[in-house]
Amino acid sequence: MKTIIISFKIFLFLTILTGIVYPLFITGITQILFPAEANGSLLFKDTRLIGSNLIGQQFDSAIYFSSRPSAISYNPLPSGGSNFGPTNAKLDSLVTERKKQFIIFNELDSLTIIPSEMLFASASGLDPHISPEAALLQVDRIIKARNFNKNQKQELIQCINNLAEVPQFLWLGEERINVLLLNLETDKIK
Amino acid sequence: MTIRDVIQVVLFFVLLIGLAPILGNYMSKVFSGARHFMIPVLGWLEKLTYKFTGVNPEEESNWKMYTFGLLMFNLIGFVFVLLIQLFQAQLPMNPANLPNVSWHSAFNTAVSFMTNTNWQGYAGETTLSFLVQMIGLTVQNFVSAATGIAVLLALIRGLSRKTTEKLGNFWTDLTRSTLYVLLPLSILLAIVLVGQGVVQNFNTYETAQTIQGAEQVIPMGPAASQIAIKQLGTNGGGFFNSNSSHPFENPTPFSNFLEMLAILLIPAALTYTYGKMVGSIRQGWTVFSVMLILMLTGLTISLYAEYSNNPVFGHLSLMEGKETRFGITNSILWSTSTAAASNGSVNAMHDSLTPLAGMVAMINIMVGEVIFGGVGAGLYGMVIFIILTVFIAGLMVGRTPEYLGKKIEAFEVQMAIIAVLLPNFVILIFSAWASVSNYGLSGLNNAGPHGFSEILYAFSSAAGNNGSAFAGLNANTIFYNLALGFGMLIGRSGVIIPVLAIAGHMAKKKITPVSAGTFRTDNWLFIGLLISVILIVGGLTHFPALSLGPVTEHLLMNSGITY
Repeated sequence: MKTIIISFKIFLFLTILTGIVYPLFITGITQILFPAEANGSLLFKDTRLIGSNLIGQQFDSAIYFSSRPSAISYNPLPSGGSNFGPTNAKLDSLVTERKKQFIIFNELDSLTIIPSEMLFASASGLDPHISPEAALLQVDRIIKARNFNKNQKQELIQCINNLAEVPQFLWLGEERINVLLLNLETDKIK
Repeated sequence: MTIRDVIQVVLFFVLLIGLAPILGNYMSKVFSGARHFMIPVLGWLEKLTYKFTGVNPEEESNWKMYTFGLLMFNLIGFVFVLLIQLFQAQLPMNPANLPNVSWHSAFNTAVSFMTNTNWQGYAGETTLSFLVQMIGLTVQNFVSAATGIAVLLALIRGLSRKTTEKLGNFWTDLTRSTLYVLLPLSILLAIVLVGQGVVQNFNTYETAQTIQGAEQVIPMGPAASQIAIKQLGTNGGGFFNSNSSHPFENPTPFSNFLEMLAILLIPAALTYTYGKMVGSIRQGWTVFSVMLILMLTGLTISLYAEYSNNPVFGHLSLMEGKETRFGITNSILWSTSTAAASNGSVNAMHDSLTPLAGMVAMINIMVGEVIFGGVGAGLYGMVIFIILTVFIAGLMVGRTPEYLGKKIEAFEVQMAIIAVLLPNFVILIFSAWASVSNYGLSGLNNAGPHGFSEILYAFSSAAGNNGSAFAGLNANTIFYNLALGFGMLIGRSGVIIPVLAIAGHMAKKKITPVSAGTFRTDNWLFIGLLISVILIVGGLTHFPALSLGPVTEHLLMNSGITY
């Protein structure tokens, strides 16, 4: 009986400590140290919320760089991938279809090697990045759709170079570019 | 693979090997009640805990009382988590106005977090309120890990003490592991993670108007505090549905590196603690070596599989279910670690891995979660295998088997066999049951051998208290919620109770001094024997099932066949 009472008391104590005090303490301290990150790295245009730095968005218009395919069409409630296995016929035909679409949409040579991430859906369905190569493959199409001249094209390529992220501390992770930020910069080119 | 990929992997293991003795040494001081540098900082909190709860830290108990306290404490946690899910709509801190959770999903989740499995049959952002995530799940993340450590400590005392009934005090073991190990490390990790972009707030979900004019609801919540302990405590239950692949859980390669390290850190360090507390650091390094060798073997096979061409997709690297920022190498390093360590969080969808990489993850779970394994759990699981190995070696040379000077007798071997058989029973029998029933097959997301792999992975994950999944399987049904729930219970208590029984019997024995005739358990010969026993027991049990799933799929994929 004594054991049962102690169980209850210690459960109550640890619940208060690790379930209430600990998360509140972390919230308090990070709201002071990293307020932007703690609140979702949100992006505003004027005062309007247009998304988050970290959460990818769907882009299908010809004037924007496309994001990766997403099993959830970039709707975060809830996040997730396709969970198709490597011998799934549906995945096989999806990839063939995406390859065809990417080549037609960007008016590329049919033998162009398309980076894998543009053909396969991400794990979270919210991947904000593509590789810089995948961005460069889309440049000509965007220039055409936006009627950009030579200078503007240079500016656009400069944007890609500026926004391309090298591996963190030079050795962690992959080279990548944030599609949402890239499209925001593209919109700014006059 | 590029040279950068190799550097990342090497750096990861160098850090792991370097940090293990440092943390391990600190933990041995904490658990033996010696003075250490955190006492001036948090000692008052430990005293407050004992004062509030009426625990006498000097009082020790025998194995039966130790087990009873542990089970009682876990039972209360289970009932509490169950109840707050069933009534979350009536409770506060539910800004997204989520409804009450179904009874079977609530049962599954409560078992899952109590047993340190953290299998998720639900999607966090659309199912659970902040209140449930905090005072339900975050708490269980801490205490289920602390429970694992407590069982290990009881076993260590059983091995290192002689002619006594006393195995220690469950309440002080629980309190000390939480206060001095899990809490400080979680605080550090959580703060760094927020700096990288993990969310930590109590805001309502934000609605954004995207550039193209669509609406996007961005989920929020106190994620970082839970993610830190989910990795450190080898729990693995994500705040969001897609777990650690979600940009709000794991935003950068650096956050990824830290979270991966956190998965293996405590289980690796505990081997040093073990060596220190049983009186021979070499014994600790022996266990560590066995774990590391098995881990690296699996990792090599997985990386090879993922970087090989296959006829279905040709030269394309298989990026399905992987994030751009992590790429192949970091996804595979994670999938191997999380399966080995009984963590179960994922940064890539295991369902979409190549068959061999998926199989390595499965084998890491099936051998009993002893390759580093869960916090505490991996090591006490490993001691079970050590007992078997010593027993088999003893039979071969015709000598009474001994481990650390303790005679291994019929009772210990019987208990060890129970602990090995019960989880395997769950994996094979429950998988078979699901494979021949409509309610089992209706959850599949993939056809052919991969469909079978989805079922096999699910029950392995439950029995091994891992929690990761081939997540295409829709397991949020009455059948799966209950079958997996009971699988997790058997997989956890079916090992803990035999281990504590062994500890209790070991403590009563005398310690035979080391002599020339002692069978050494701290050299390369023993490392080789132990690895063989793990692979034979774990591997052979599951070879038939694996050959129906991933092995067949691998052969079919290489012939370009899809379903």
